[in-house]
Amino acid sequence: MITLNHYLVLAAILFSISLVGILRRKNLLMLFFATEIALNAVNIALAAFSKFYHDLTGQLFAFFIIAIAASEVAVGLGLLIIWYKRTGNIDLDTLQSMNG
Amino acid sequence: MEKYLYITLFAPLVGSLFAAMFGMKPKKLFVGIVASLLLFISFISAVILLVHVASTDEVVKAQLFDWITVGSLNIPFGFVADPVSTVMMVTVTLVSMLVHIYSIGYMEHDEGFNRFFSYLSAFVFSMLVLVMSDNFAGLFIGWEGVGLCSWLLIGFWYHKPDLSRDQNPSISPAWAANEAFIMNRIADLGMLIGLFIIYWHIGSLQYDVVFSHVNLFDISIITMMGIFLFIGAMGKSAQFPLHTWLADAMEGPTPVSALIHAATMVTAGVYLVVRSFPIYSQIPEIGLWIATLGAFVAVFAASMALVNTDLKRIIAYSTLSQLGYMFVAAGLGAYWVALFHLMTHAFFKALLFLGAGNVMHAMDDELNIFKMGGLYKVMKWTAAMMIIASLALAGIYPFAGFFSKDKILEVAFDSHHYILWFMLWVGAGMTAFYSFRLIMLVFFGEERYKKYGFHPHEAPWYMLAAMAPLALLAIVAGFFEHSFEEFVTTLLPEYHFHMEGITKVALIGLTTLIALSGIGLAVYKYSKGGFSEKWKENPIYKLLYNQYYIPQLYDKLFAQPYRELSQIAWKELDLRLVDATVDFIAGIIYATGFKSRVVQSGNLSKMLRWMVIGLLILLVLVVLYSPVR
Repeated sequence: MITLNHYLVLAAILFSISLVGILRRKNLLMLFFATEIALNAVNIALAAFSKFYHDLTGQLFAFFIIAIAASEVAVGLGLLIIWYKRTGNIDLDTLQSMNG
Repeated sequence: MEKYLYITLFAPLVGSLFAAMFGMKPKKLFVGIVASLLLFISFISAVILLVHVASTDEVVKAQLFDWITVGSLNIPFGFVADPVSTVMMVTVTLVSMLVHIYSIGYMEHDEGFNRFFSYLSAFVFSMLVLVMSDNFAGLFIGWEGVGLCSWLLIGFWYHKPDLSRDQNPSISPAWAANEAFIMNRIADLGMLIGLFIIYWHIGSLQYDVVFSHVNLFDISIITMMGIFLFIGAMGKSAQFPLHTWLADAMEGPTPVSALIHAATMVTAGVYLVVRSFPIYSQIPEIGLWIATLGAFVAVFAASMALVNTDLKRIIAYSTLSQLGYMFVAAGLGAYWVALFHLMTHAFFKALLFLGAGNVMHAMDDELNIFKMGGLYKVMKWTAAMMIIASLALAGIYPFAGFFSKDKILEVAFDSHHYILWFMLWVGAGMTAFYSFRLIMLVFFGEERYKKYGFHPHEAPWYMLAAMAPLALLAIVAGFFEHSFEEFVTTLLPEYHFHMEGITKVALIGLTTLIALSGIGLAVYKYSKGGFSEKWKENPIYKLLYNQYYIPQLYDKLFAQPYRELSQIAWKELDLRLVDATVDFIAGIIYATGFKSRVVQSGNLSKMLRWMVIGLLILLVLVVLYSPVR
C-alpha cells in the first residue's frame, strides 16, 4: 500500500537532489534543471496532499506552478542565450560583475 | 468702510510683491513709480477712513479670518480703525508715500533699486499691520515684520566691508543690521513674556477684552504686564540701555533712516504704551519710571548730539531724544500729547532726514559736517526746508514742534515733577543748539567743501517736491492741536491741566527763551568759526564724542565674553563631545561595512549557498519553536 508518506519522501529526496545541484553545479543550464527538479518536488507534494485530503486546491496550485515555471524558463533561457552570445560561456564563476 | 481698511493695508503689500518680481533685474523706473502710486492709494483710503471715523465716531472693524484656534485660545486676524490707529495710519502712509517718491531720485544710481522698493513697501505693510491690528498677537507680527524690514534695509549695502570703530563708529552696514536685530530680539523677549502674562491671566489677546478686564486683577500682576510690555517698547524705541542700535542704523540708505528710524518704526514703542493705556493708567508708579527714563534719554541723547560730526548721527541722536520726550508724556498719563508729538515729530524729522539725504547726494555721500559749510548758496531749497525742520524741532512758534513739545514740558510741570521738567527744559536748549550747529556747519560759514574737491548741486525737483508737503506740515501741523485732541480723546483719556494761565505763559516763555538762546549760541559761535580745537582734548568732549563709551563697554561686557564662551563651547563641547560621539557611531558602521563587504562577491553559487544556509537555519528554528505542535 502506497501512503502519503511515500510521496512525501519522494518529494524530499527530489528536493535534496535539486538542492545539491543548485549548490554544486557551475553550469548555468544545469542550475536551471536543478531548479525545475525542485519545483516538481514541490508539485508532487502538493498533488499528494490534495489527493489525501480530497481538496482540489493543491492540484490547482501544482498547475499554476507548472505554468509559471514554463514562463520562467522561457525568460531565463532567453537571458542565458544572450549571455552566451556575449561572453561565449555560461560558467557561474565568470559571472562576477556585481562584486562588492 | 471695511473696503478702505483693506485697501490701506494691502496696497503696500501689492507694491512690495510687484517690486520683488523685478528684484534681481537691473533698475526699472516704473517699479518705483508703481510702488509710490500704490502707497498713494493707501494714503487716500487712510484719509477716507480718518474722515469717516472722525465724522461718525464709528470704529471700523474687520475680521480677515481666524488665525489660531486651539482649545480656548482664539486669535483672529482682525483689524480696527479707531481714532488712535487712523492717526497712525495716516501718518505712516503719508510719510511713506513721500519717502517712496523721494527714493526714486535718491536711489537713482543704485543697483538694488527694485529690491529697495520691495523692502520699503514691505516695511509699510508690516507697520500698518502693527498699528491696525485689534489684538496683541497681530501687533506682535507687525512688530517683528518691521524689525525684519529694518534689518534688511539697514544692511541694504551689505557688501561694504567691516571697518574698525575709529574709522566708522558703526563698523559696517551688515554689522549695524545685526546689532539692531539682536538688540530688538532681547527686548522682544520681554514683550513676549508680557503677552504671555496677559494671556495667562485674561485668556485673550483682543484689545477690547484685555482692556475691559484688566482692572479686575491684582496690582502686582498689572505691574508685571506693564513692565514687560515696556521692555519691548524700549527695544523698538531705542531707549537706554538698548539705544546703541539706532545711531548705528544710520548705515542704511537715508530715506530708510527718514522713514523707519525717525518717523515710523521707532515710534512703535510709544504707540504700544499709548495703545495699552488702560494697563498703564492703573500703575502710575511704572508710568513715572517710564517718564524718568524718557527724560534721562532726552538729555543723554541730546548731549551726544552736541559734539558729533556725522550729519546723520546727529539727527539720529535727536530722534532718540525726542522719543524720550514722547515717553515722558506717555508715562505721565498724557497719552494724547505723546501721540501728538509722535505725529508732528514724524513730519519734521522725516523732513530733516530727507534734507540730509539731499546734502549727502550733493556731497558724494560725505557725512562729516566739518567738510561742508556754505552750501546755502548752491542748495537754497534744501537749506530752507532743513531750517524749517530744525525750527520745528527746536520748538519755535509757530512751527509744529512748539505745540507738541511745549505741551510735554507743561505736562511735566503740571504734574509737579519739576526735576523731569528741568531735565526736559535743558534738553530743549541742547536740541536747539545742536540743530543749529548742524545748520550752521552745513549751510553757512566758510565753504570748506572746496578744499576737499566736492561739486555740490541741488537735488532734482521731484525730490524737493516730495519734501514740500512735509515742510508745510512741519509749519502748520501744530495748529490742529485742538481738533487732534478732541479726536483722539474719544478713545484715549483726557489730560486735565490745573495750571493758572500766568504759569502757562511763563513756562512757554522760559522754554522759548532757552530754545532761542540755544539757537543764538549756535549761530553766534559757528558764524565766528566755531569752538577752538582744544575743546577736543577736553575729557567731557571725548566722553560725549565716544557715546559715553557705551558701545565699547557692551563690546567688552557682552560681546567678547560671549565670543569666548562660544569658542569654548565649539572647541571643547561641540568638537570633543558631540562631534566625537557622532563620528564614533559612524566609524563603527563604516568599519562593519568594510569587513562584511566580502560577502558581496557577485558569485551566484556562493550567494545561493548562503541562501540555503539561511533556509536551513530557518527550518531548524521552525522545528524548534513552531507554535503548532
